[in-house]
Formats: sequence, C-alpha cells, structure tokens
Amino acid sequence: MENLVEAILVGLLISDMTVLASSRVAGCIRVTAMQGLLLGVLTLLLQAEAMSLRVVLMAGIGMLLKGGVFPYLLARAGKEAGVQREVEPFVGYIGSVLLAVAMLVVAVWLGTRLPLQVHAGQTLVVPAAFMTMFTGLFLIVARRKALTQVVGFLVFENGIYAFGVATVGEVPALVELGVLLDAFVAVFVMGIAIYHINREFDHIDTDQLSSLKG
Amino acid sequence: MTSAPLVHLFLGLLLAPLLLGVINRTKAFFAGRRGPPVLQLYWDLAKLLRKGAVYSQTTTWVFQAGPVVGLAAVLAALALIPFGGAAAPLHFNGDLLLLAYVLGLMRFFTVVAALDTGSSFEGMGASREVQFAALAEPALLLALAAAARKAGSLSLSGILPAAVPLSPELALAAGALVIVFLCENSRVPFDDPNTHLELTMIHEVMVLDHSGPDLALILYSAALKLWVLGALIVGMLVPTVAGVPWVANTVIGLAGMLLLAVVVGVVESVTARVRLVRVPHLLAAAGALAALAFVLVLR
Repeated sequence: MENLVEAILVGLLISDMTVLASSRVAGCIRVTAMQGLLLGVLTLLLQAEAMSLRVVLMAGIGMLLKGGVFPYLLARAGKEAGVQREVEPFVGYIGSVLLAVAMLVVAVWLGTRLPLQVHAGQTLVVPAAFMTMFTGLFLIVARRKALTQVVGFLVFENGIYAFGVATVGEVPALVELGVLLDAFVAVFVMGIAIYHINREFDHIDTDQLSSLKG
Repeated sequence: MTSAPLVHLFLGLLLAPLLLGVINRTKAFFAGRRGPPVLQLYWDLAKLLRKGAVYSQTTTWVFQAGPVVGLAAVLAALALIPFGGAAAPLHFNGDLLLLAYVLGLMRFFTVVAALDTGSSFEGMGASREVQFAALAEPALLLALAAAARKAGSLSLSGILPAAVPLSPELALAAGALVIVFLCENSRVPFDDPNTHLELTMIHEVMVLDHSGPDLALILYSAALKLWVLGALIVGMLVPTVAGVPWVANTVIGLAGMLLLAVVVGVVESVTARVRLVRVPHLLAAAGALAALAFVLVLR
C-alpha cells in the first residue's frame, strides 16, 4: 500500500521530467493526461480508510476532466494550429533536465522544512507536489509556444491538487468542484485564445506577441 | 561455499561471448532471418587468435598496449562483480568506485590506441566515445551511489543481492544503469555494432586498425564488459533465494543474464538509433533518473 503510493509519486516525478525533456507537444499533452489519472488514483489511495461515495465521485470527475477532457481540448487546439514540436525553447532540453534535478533538490529541501501534517510514512507527497508545481511554472516561462504554456498551467494545477490531497485531505466538495470548473474554463478559454492567435498571426509563438505593430 | 566466487568468475570468462550470440540471434529472429550460430563469437575469436597481426609504421607501443591493458582492466572489473547473491572474488569498501575507474582505464587505453594510429576517422570515433562516456559516467556513479546508500554498504558485494520488494528508488537506479549499459557497450540507441560506415561508427571505428590476436582481445574484452555491466543490472533486479545451495542462485543469475541479452536484442530490433546530436539528451535523461534515485534515497 505505502509502496504503491510511493511508486505513484515516483511516477509523478518521472512524468515531470518527461514533460521537461520532451519536445513533442502531443507527447507533453499525453503525459499531462497521465498525471491527472495518477493523481486520481493517489486521492483514492490516500483516503482509502475514509472511502465514501463523495471521495470516489470527486476523484472520478477529476480523472475524467484531467485525463480525458483537457488533453482532448488541447490536442484539438494543437492540431488546428498545426503545432507538432517546440522548436527552439528559451531553455534547451538538456538544460531543462539539469534544472529539473535542481528543482527536485529544492522541492525535497522544502518538504523537510515545512511543518506540515502529512500521513505517516508518506514524506514524498510534499516534495512531489512542489516538484510538479515548479515544473509547471518553469514550462510557462521557458517555452515559446502558447500551447506548451497551457500544458505548463495544467501541470501547475496538478501540483497544487497533489499538495491539497497531501496536506488538507478532505476538501469541501463545493471548493473542489469550483477549482475543477475554474481549470476547465481556463483550458477552454486558452484553447479558444490559441485558435484566434493562430488565425490572426499564423503561429502561436508568444515571444513575438510582446511588441505592438505600428 | 568458498568455491562459489571462483566458479562465478570462471562462468563469466566462459559465457561472456555467448551473450552477444544470444543478442544477435534475437535480432535475426525479429528480422525473419536464421542468423549466425549462437557460438559465432567463439569461432571468430579462435580464428583471429591463429592469425598474425599487422602494425602500421606510425604506431608505437601504445597501440599494442591498448588491447592488453583493456583486457586486464575488464578482468579486474569482472573480479569485483558479485554474481548470483554470492560475494565477488575481490571485495572491499569502496570497490564500486574502482569498478567505474577500471572501466574508465579500459576506455582510456582504447582511445589512446585509436589516436596512436594517426587516422582521422579513429580520432573522430575517439572524440565521440569520450564525449558520451563523460556523460555516462556520472549516471553510473550516481546510480551506484543511490544503491549503496539504500543498502548501507560501500562494497558491490554488499549492494547487489537484490531486496525482494523492489523499491521505486532502486528501480530508477536500475533504469539509469540500463541506459548506461546500452551506451557503454555501444548497443543500438547509441551506436550500431553492425555499422561499417566510418562517419557514423563510434566504438567500432576505434578498433579498425587492430588485427589478428589484438582484435580478438578487443572483441573478448567487449564481451566481458557486456557481462560485467549486465551482471550489475541483473544483480540489482533479480532477487536471490535464501536457504538453497548457491548453485541454484547461480542458475537464476544465469537465466537473468540470458533474459537481459534477449531484452537487448528486442530493444535493438524495435528501436532506431538516435541521431548523434540527440545522444547527450538520452544520457542526460539517464543522469537525471540516477539523480532522482539518489535524492529519493537521501531523503
């Protein structure tokens, strides 16, 4: 049981590194979907003692949205924009992987410093959550394509979700539904924004959007 | 009980070329061919040993020392590797560092012998080999460090008998070791052992000028290196059974080695070689996996 939780968290860490190391946008989207599924299973495992219909339902809705709907929306936006890979990111892929190791060290250090109430024997949860958040933030600042930045947003959201599962445990259903709805609307709006950026400029490179055309 | 390490050493010396035969047979099976006999490398070695060697006039004693030192180094490495749960013939605290560095010595002499020929192609191969090795070595050492910390022992013989429920950290370290294993033995995602185009070869291009017994020594050393690094991975992943005679564990270990050879053959059949500029990415990924394992173990 504890070993299974550990394995899922290690899977989460590996998926973070995969997103950072991969140049294919479709691959990044798939990994994000897998993260959503892993987090759903993690929720169920961590609350196995207090299993109720509500817990199962919330985890199910989360898995459906993060593992199915978001990736579908993003993959469609990517197909319409004709984006297959991130060609020249601001930080290269080897640099990203090396920074990932540094982020992991910081995440583990933070995990040891924060006085949080976590389930006994699951000290990896907080570092994994921090690492996922860092990965998401890093993707948002270090990648050029708008689509990859949306992927970064999703990874960041996954990290916060993992943090919540680890530390708070029982989130009121209303709050959890509200968060999921917000994320859904955000991805929806970003998908539409990507579509429009692509129609207007024939590309979705955000660094070319920073200066106004006279 | 004391005879087990010596039997394992002898088995390594005897069976190492067999692994390459198994890999080639697996690849042939996937390609729909019959393939060379499993014992082909033994025949090749016997043939090469009967021939004379040709030395270019530009070479010095370094060129002739290369294969000999290489074989000596890999023999030392073989003596450090435990097999089938029994201790290695030679074991002391810190021998995992010695393992990394005797392999480094072997590589250094292969490279120096290649440079000694004065051929530009061999220089290119030497440059690539050293570049990739510089990236593979941190991954190897970090993975070994993670395993050492987990086992609480600085000797390979204390690390290797695998823990029965495989912890995620050790699985990560073993994953990094598999990538290093493929790179160090110039197998497919990194280098194609069958290629004979100088521009793309890495390891093979460095031994082009060796002939006869020298080439036999190099081929045999390469097979032994495959065995050494393979035994490291098998020792990490295949658990040993307690309370049975050591022969049983030896048989389990041998089965693990054969399985590893088949897996390598399958990997070579289903993946393409990555572009030369992408090789460092793969090795950086191995390093990241090993670092992840190390951080998780330290936690």
